Amino acid sequence: MTLARRTLATLALLALLALPLVAGKFYVDLIAKVMIMAVFAMSLDLLVGVTGLVSLGHAAFFGLASYVLVLVAPDPYTAVSLWTSLPLAVGACALAALAIGALALRTRGVYFIMVTLAFSQMGYFVFHDTKIAGGSDGAYIYVKPSASVGGWSPFDLNSGAHFYYAMLALLVLVFVFLRMLLASRFGHALRGIRSNEQRMRALGFNTYCYKLAAFTIAGAIAGLAGYFAAVQFGFVNPEMLAWHQSANVLLMVILGGMGNLGGAIVGAFAFVLLQDLFSSLTKHWPLLMGGFVILAVMLLPGGLTRATETWRFWRFGRRHG
Amino acid sequence: MDLPIFLIQTLNSVQYGLLLFLIASGLTLIFGIMGVINLAHGSFYMLGAYAAFVLSGLTGSLFWAIALGVPLAVAFGYLLEWIFFSFLYRRDHLQQVLLTYGLILVFEELRSLAVGDDVHGVSVPATLARSVALGSTMTYPVFNLFISGVCLVVAVLLFVLLQRTRLGMMIRAGASNREMVRSLGVDINLLFRVVFALGVALAAFAGMVNAPASSVYPGMGNQVLIICFVVVVIGGIGSVTGALVAALMIGFVDTFGKVFLPDYAGILVYLLMAVVLVWRPEGLFRESRA
Repeated sequence: MTLARRTLATLALLALLALPLVAGKFYVDLIAKVMIMAVFAMSLDLLVGVTGLVSLGHAAFFGLASYVLVLVAPDPYTAVSLWTSLPLAVGACALAALAIGALALRTRGVYFIMVTLAFSQMGYFVFHDTKIAGGSDGAYIYVKPSASVGGWSPFDLNSGAHFYYAMLALLVLVFVFLRMLLASRFGHALRGIRSNEQRMRALGFNTYCYKLAAFTIAGAIAGLAGYFAAVQFGFVNPEMLAWHQSANVLLMVILGGMGNLGGAIVGAFAFVLLQDLFSSLTKHWPLLMGGFVILAVMLLPGGLTRATETWRFWRFGRRHG
Repeated sequence: MDLPIFLIQTLNSVQYGLLLFLIASGLTLIFGIMGVINLAHGSFYMLGAYAAFVLSGLTGSLFWAIALGVPLAVAFGYLLEWIFFSFLYRRDHLQQVLLTYGLILVFEELRSLAVGDDVHGVSVPATLARSVALGSTMTYPVFNLFISGVCLVVAVLLFVLLQRTRLGMMIRAGASNREMVRSLGVDINLLFRVVFALGVALAAFAGMVNAPASSVYPGMGNQVLIICFVVVVIGGIGSVTGALVAALMIGFVDTFGKVFLPDYAGILVYLLMAVVLVWRPEGLFRESRA
């Protein structure tokens, strides 16, 4: 990270810390949602940007975790404990990712894209066609999970500001965890698989197992994001697993710039805020979004965090960039 | 299950399978030959159905709508390849996914601006608005038989085109080894444009023919798109025979699944895909690696 980037990142973190002190409830909730999506996008970046696995079904794990939150509650009016329901949700996602990954990773390239899409669509139909948690109507979560341990509660998810800071902490924790993962031998192996899987195999790495481990970790972290998304929205429905959700999170990763985690965060902010802006302008905002997506991918293949390099490339050509 | 019901479900399966085949054959050829993953392929089905709705409203007949709509679809496909898709060949799959996803959003909203978001019906042509008796109590609409018949004719024509003509030979060669075809002096850009236009026309035609039976509604393209991906995965990329077999398999599994296990019908198709993946990760009819 260059000095300029480090300064920018520090300033952004300070701004996020100060936001609830100056902004109203609407913006606090909006930015909390953005931070949840940023965690979701980082988990996908581990697959797409780091390992080179383009998954178009990542929302399956996001949605699954939110359904686990509904299913563990005996009824919608009882608060479940955060400390039991969260590990259950994340564990379920890790297991699902392990099973789906074991099958999907038998394929590569275009097949992998289509197979992950198809599996997430299968998950969509599991919750859409059956009576589980309200079927296609979805279900409400009237009471947020309680964070109390033996009567003492460190924070209260019902409070907007508490939820906001909890999400900020989650964002930082996941970022640091993934950074450490990438700096480890495991992370280097994943990057090696992205640049040349054949060579990694020749060097004696069991690339299938590495990819499966990355897929499982990414699924679990997506579950973390999905769990808190359900807590914030207060309801779940099959649309949380739908492929639009998967495509949107993929867009966030590309929009920000792949493979460096920071890009996923920038992309999540840009995407959610842009969607908010466009939908305030017109009812037909997907038209603007679609046009923007096409232009952004065409003109900024490296994403926003590499915009200056791309600009230099267009301006001076490859030799000077 | 008695015989007439079994017959009706079989006819439904064949009809659904053949419709899927028309859409998926274009998708698999575009994958196989151009190496482009096209999420917007379902939109062509949707645009075809809406074209049938608008054109049959203007001309008063579905037949005229199809007669006008197919040349329009070919022209549309030809232009779209020229203006947009020809930029995608050098991009990686990830960017193709996102660019064509952007295209879906644009098509859906343009559709919403032009026709609105209501569900519309398209009337069945008067000559076909009858039913035939099946057994003593059951009837089957003639129009559904017409859909199957027409799809079958188009499927046969497609196989004749691919297996018996010079163009078909180039297309098959392109699907198995693009670089070799290029180096043998075939104008690959023109071939791409023709294949793309063919794929768009097939998908749009499926949408037009099926419009009276399915009615036209927002999001209809996306539903079909994902099932067609499953067809392509099962059949093997680039294989039209594979697409036919896989589409019919899915037609039967989905239709009979809805009869026997209504709650799990949506899942069965994907389970079928999972089983095929375990058995043959490259699909049933994958011949060579391009």
